Amino acid sequence: MIPELGHFALILALVLALVQATLPLVGSFTGNRNWMNAGRSLAYGQLVFLTLAILALIHAFLADDFSVRYVAANSNSLLPDVYKVSAVWGAHEGSLLLWALMLGAWGAAVAALSKSLPLTMVARVLAVMGMNSIGFLLFMLLTSNPFERLFPAPLDGRDLNPLLQDPGLVIHPPMLYMGYVGFSVAFAFAIAALIGGKLDSAWARWSRPWTTVAWGFLTIGIALGSWWAYYELGWGGWWFWDPVENASLLPWILGTALLHSLAVTEKRGAFKSWTVLLALSTYALVLLGAFLVRSGVLTSVHAFATDPARGTYILMFLCVVVGGSLALYAWRAPAVSGGGRFTLVSRESFLLANNLLLVLLCSLVLLGTLAPLVYEALSLGKISVGFPWFNKMFVAVTPFIALALGAGVLARWKQDDAWRLVQQLRVALILTGLVLVATMIPFFSHGYLWVPIGITLAAWVLFSHLASLVERWRNKVRLGGGILADFGSHSRSYYGMWVAHVGVAVFIVGITMVSHFEVERDVRVSPGDYVEVAGYRFQFEGSGTVPGPNYSAQQGLVNVYSGDRLVTVLRPEKRTYFVSSQVMTQAAIRPGLFRDLYVSLGEPLGNGDWSMRVYYKPYVRWIWLGSILMALGGVIAISDRRYRLATRAFKAPKGAANARA
Amino acid sequence: MNRFKNWTLLPLALFVVLVGFLGYGLTMDPSKVPSPLIGKPVPEFELPALTNPDRSITHEDLKGAISLVNVWASWCPSCRAEHKTLMALAQQGAGDGFRVVGLNWKDERDDALEMLRVFGDPYTWNAFDPDNRVGLHFGVYGAPETFVIDRQGIIRYKHIGPLDPRVWEQTLRPLVQQLKAES
Repeated sequence: MIPELGHFALILALVLALVQATLPLVGSFTGNRNWMNAGRSLAYGQLVFLTLAILALIHAFLADDFSVRYVAANSNSLLPDVYKVSAVWGAHEGSLLLWALMLGAWGAAVAALSKSLPLTMVARVLAVMGMNSIGFLLFMLLTSNPFERLFPAPLDGRDLNPLLQDPGLVIHPPMLYMGYVGFSVAFAFAIAALIGGKLDSAWARWSRPWTTVAWGFLTIGIALGSWWAYYELGWGGWWFWDPVENASLLPWILGTALLHSLAVTEKRGAFKSWTVLLALSTYALVLLGAFLVRSGVLTSVHAFATDPARGTYILMFLCVVVGGSLALYAWRAPAVSGGGRFTLVSRESFLLANNLLLVLLCSLVLLGTLAPLVYEALSLGKISVGFPWFNKMFVAVTPFIALALGAGVLARWKQDDAWRLVQQLRVALILTGLVLVATMIPFFSHGYLWVPIGITLAAWVLFSHLASLVERWRNKVRLGGGILADFGSHSRSYYGMWVAHVGVAVFIVGITMVSHFEVERDVRVSPGDYVEVAGYRFQFEGSGTVPGPNYSAQQGLVNVYSGDRLVTVLRPEKRTYFVSSQVMTQAAIRPGLFRDLYVSLGEPLGNGDWSMRVYYKPYVRWIWLGSILMALGGVIAISDRRYRLATRAFKAPKGAANARA
Repeated sequence: MNRFKNWTLLPLALFVVLVGFLGYGLTMDPSKVPSPLIGKPVPEFELPALTNPDRSITHEDLKGAISLVNVWASWCPSCRAEHKTLMALAQQGAGDGFRVVGLNWKDERDDALEMLRVFGDPYTWNAFDPDNRVGLHFGVYGAPETFVIDRQGIIRYKHIGPLDPRVWEQTLRPLVQQLKAES
């Protein structure tokens, strides 16, 4: 009964979405305020029904209702409760429900937090959000109903894929989807602005906090995925350039460009049509990612079970949403005025350079991801684009982004003097030069060219941002303000940017160090054997059987010594899950700020011998630490009072805002 | 303003091209649509063996027994993931007119041998194809891929992506049983 109620709630949510997509939009043209106002209530109602639907599905999982096909396929009575809940989004149908729920939640959030926006704008934004909801709810109801019954009901379920039975996977998809879906708000604002023909800095100011939040969630989501792959897959890698990983990275790269472009549009009124295009394209890449993951067009270790009907549906949806929005763009964008002018040396130029580089990087990753498809379609033969190609492209583009980042932060808007800029960066340039010289010494570089380059770029980003901080404080003091007062809520967008950019520096250090100085050893060990890796002695003491809730594990015991000192005891596991009889590797990791010690068990080789993988991963945590700093920067930035004041300020002159058209 | 008009149509044009490719991709479900080689004899080839560069392996070596030809490389994470399945297969079905053989693809000899040394060697033999010369003729799209070849050396099935117990039980094992019964 409850699953049917969930199904019914989904249908009701769809009905509300249909009304939400039309009524406020029509009202915005006819000037019917009641119709426009209805958008908000409809958005709340949609969220209520979607919440009911997901609660019904969670209930089916917790109650072990295996008459529901989706539960039977992805759960088991032995599965721990926390994984029963996360199994809700462990496969295609349920993850789609989570997606729809979040789309509803973002819509409701827009409805709740847009009290001060012009009503026509809110109505159109909510209508576009409603159209997106229609797309996903129809997709679910037509091709992927999570509430479908199975008759006769099996006695027990087929269990959740053991790879997904992990704390990281409990939160990774919700974070990632919050990010993906969040970009639909930026998309909706862009469409609403195009419809109204009002692409001004007010539009950019409204879009910015939403875009930043979505981007922050996506950053955390991707970092969690990478962290999970690192410890769960037992290969010690943290990024594989897998099509599905790329599907999440593409909107992130373009979303980053959007974030920066919105800043220019807000502050200077420039780049308007470019910013809109980025907002549309970022969401297009989100949908493209959904297509790639769920249609089975590209093979991937992550891909969901595939079904041609689903692929066809998403492709059609993609055509309507992206094709429609780009057509609207082609029609309306020429009417957008050019905006503020700027000279060659100015912050706008650096941000433009950053944008172009990010778009280039995004195009290269997209090209690499789709190359197998394109080659086959053009009958050019088969191709597989591997890890090395992506790495090459990545290191070819990102250094320039870091270079522009350092100089851009100090450049002035509109017009700057190259000589003044050099003067201000003098200390940073000297310090960076010293770092370059120091890291060139073989003691540091070990003869790798990219080590000094990477560390120097990170140093450049850090020192130039310190210079910017000093410059800012100096100006505050000169104008009679205190430095402490600058930490008030008006400067948070600056400090947010600062923290996020330092996160980039931390991230660069992490990648540079771990890529060049990681040590990987595959060894065969008998109990009592040891292996020396990077100055640590990993002593294999033996293995034993350990029971788990729905698996039994072979657990190895590895004592790690540095000299005679016991550093840590690692217990890597090889788990055999009862239902699927799948074997999973559970690596044992001793994390540290400057190095991870990582052991995973390979295969049992008889007589208590094992093949064992031992890794020494220097600075690998910095990759995720950098990502956390980037997301944290986003959080700090949106707490800036400017955005709240700006939205309040529009309350009074509502007529004035409308008159801008 | 008119000069901008063409420019603003460009994104739409690019998107149309992209949709063309995606639509094509949809008709070509890579893991299910049979390779054009299915039902045809294996392409003729001659390659050195991985373990012994002096020994050569040819298409003739694929006749006489049912073979699972696994295309793999040491750099490919999915290949490592499927390795244990291959080990189990090799132990279960070995000798009984069925064997697992390897095509080591776009790999370094030392790395490949190291992987087999550490994780075990499920392969009766391995052909070494560092330059994708033979992989190309087999239509290899990316590692791992697995071909099922019957006793006459005819390609009967192609699986793309890593093997796991489920794929084996549901797809490959019934096919191998059928091929065994055929003669």
